[in-house]
Amino acid sequence: MKKFGKSQLKGLLFLAPSLAGVSLFVFLPFLDVIRRSFGEAVTGKFVGIRNYLDVFENTAFQLAAWNTLRFVGVCIPLLLVLSLAAALLLSGKIRHRQALKSAFLIPMAIPVASVVLLWRLLFHSQGLLNRILTGLHLTGVDWMNSSAAFGVLVFSYLWRNLGYDVILWLAGLSGIPYSLYEAAKVDGADSWQCFVWITLPNLLPCAFTVTVLSLLNSFKVFREAYLVAGDYPHESMYLLQHLFNNWYRDLSFDKMAAGAVVTGAVIFLLVFCLEKAWDVKE
Amino acid sequence: MKKIRILFLGILAAWMLSPVLFLVTGSLTGDVELQEMLAPVLQETPGYMEWKLFPLYPTLKSYVKLLFDSPEFYEMFWNSVKMTGEILAGQLLVAVPAAWGMAKFHFPGRKVLFTLYLVLMMMPFQVLMLSDYLVLDWLSLLDSQAGIVLPAVFSTFPVFIMYRFFCGVPDSLLEAARLDGAGEFQIFLKIGIPLGSPGILSALVLDFLEYWNLIEQPMAFLKTKALWPLSLFLPNIGMDRAGLAFATSVVVLIPAVCIFLAGQEYLEQGIVATASKE
Repeated sequence: MKKFGKSQLKGLLFLAPSLAGVSLFVFLPFLDVIRRSFGEAVTGKFVGIRNYLDVFENTAFQLAAWNTLRFVGVCIPLLLVLSLAAALLLSGKIRHRQALKSAFLIPMAIPVASVVLLWRLLFHSQGLLNRILTGLHLTGVDWMNSSAAFGVLVFSYLWRNLGYDVILWLAGLSGIPYSLYEAAKVDGADSWQCFVWITLPNLLPCAFTVTVLSLLNSFKVFREAYLVAGDYPHESMYLLQHLFNNWYRDLSFDKMAAGAVVTGAVIFLLVFCLEKAWDVKE
Repeated sequence: MKKIRILFLGILAAWMLSPVLFLVTGSLTGDVELQEMLAPVLQETPGYMEWKLFPLYPTLKSYVKLLFDSPEFYEMFWNSVKMTGEILAGQLLVAVPAAWGMAKFHFPGRKVLFTLYLVLMMMPFQVLMLSDYLVLDWLSLLDSQAGIVLPAVFSTFPVFIMYRFFCGVPDSLLEAARLDGAGEFQIFLKIGIPLGSPGILSALVLDFLEYWNLIEQPMAFLKTKALWPLSLFLPNIGMDRAGLAFATSVVVLIPAVCIFLAGQEYLEQGIVATASKE
């Protein structure tokens, strides 16, 4: 038996326009970027891995990479726990379920540009949040110009992505057969035991994908950060995206190429692991 | 217990919705009142800014000013509508057949291609920024809207979403159509598109929300301000025109929220589709 029938090749015809575009706009130019990462910015002379060494020794890169890792390390666990809690509360019989779901999702729809104004007023040193804090006899914080800026970033990430993750968890929860719970109840399990021994283990595969998608969405927090605080925000929220942006403006294409290859490789590895995990699951 | 549950969810929902309320209130407050309330932020006068849930003198003046007195607003609004529309239309033409081809045909190299598309979908803009710049420079598309629209048309994200939905179209149906002598293209048009339409709508809703928010690409590649989308124009309204900024924020928000409310069901399906396995 032939493995691939001739008719199967027709699929490539359907794919052709997309493939051509992706090759032209992304794939081939990225190969060029890889080539450039080994050369000088202007002359293109081969310099080996010097650009990579430059990037790794660059203090701005170290700061940005550390901040990006720290951001991911803090906000993803927070988001996962918070959204799982909300999803658990939302599952089962509850009134106004649809309305609550809409409310959770609406931050996804709110344009970044629209919230910028609000962020500026809320987190200004004489802004609304500090007014509330002093009202409670606490000292205000200069949110955007101190290490608290990092917290602002986490806050706005949680606000925007909670609903997305709630929907994902709900899908995972609905996949757990109800009979498991019934059987456990018959055996005398209480609801906490049900949660630990049935819900959590069955959600594990779902948790993996939620993590990866939350990570994907975490790259987008740059939009808010940039529009609120510009090219050089407080150093606690200086992300890799800021660095790339500044490299681009300064035309440091050699560093940018090496940085793009490194970051791209990390993401590629991550996706690769994700795919493997998906396969294992089946 | 039930009460606590509703209370917790209610507080969370209120947190999610509060920005909208804040923006709407601000846009209905008169300029004088706004200047007064925001003085500590705007002019650094001592104390903290104030906020009233209901303005003393509600007015539509900011909207009137925006809609009748700011020609540049229309230009930017139109830029946003045009670019988003072109991107979505282009994606329909390119991504729908691509997703169909990937979901329903088992040609050699399909798995590799699928991984490649998945990886490209995950890449943040900054990683692809330089390659984007190089190709736009080569095609002399820098500083033109086509330079923003074209790369976005070939985004692999919609392919990925629609792929999930097309996989759900039963193969037996296609076999039956083939036996009846239908061509592959006919099958795609008559069976694939109708049965996959929830997937197509999901991708459109998710992508609309994405491209209505275009910020990084135009910021990097559009030097001419007249070409900017609304999302870049808005942050440039100075705080001295706070009323106008509030009104613009609300107006930018309206199309996105309308699409959201109309397509919420598809939005949810699309989100779930990103997580479901092959």
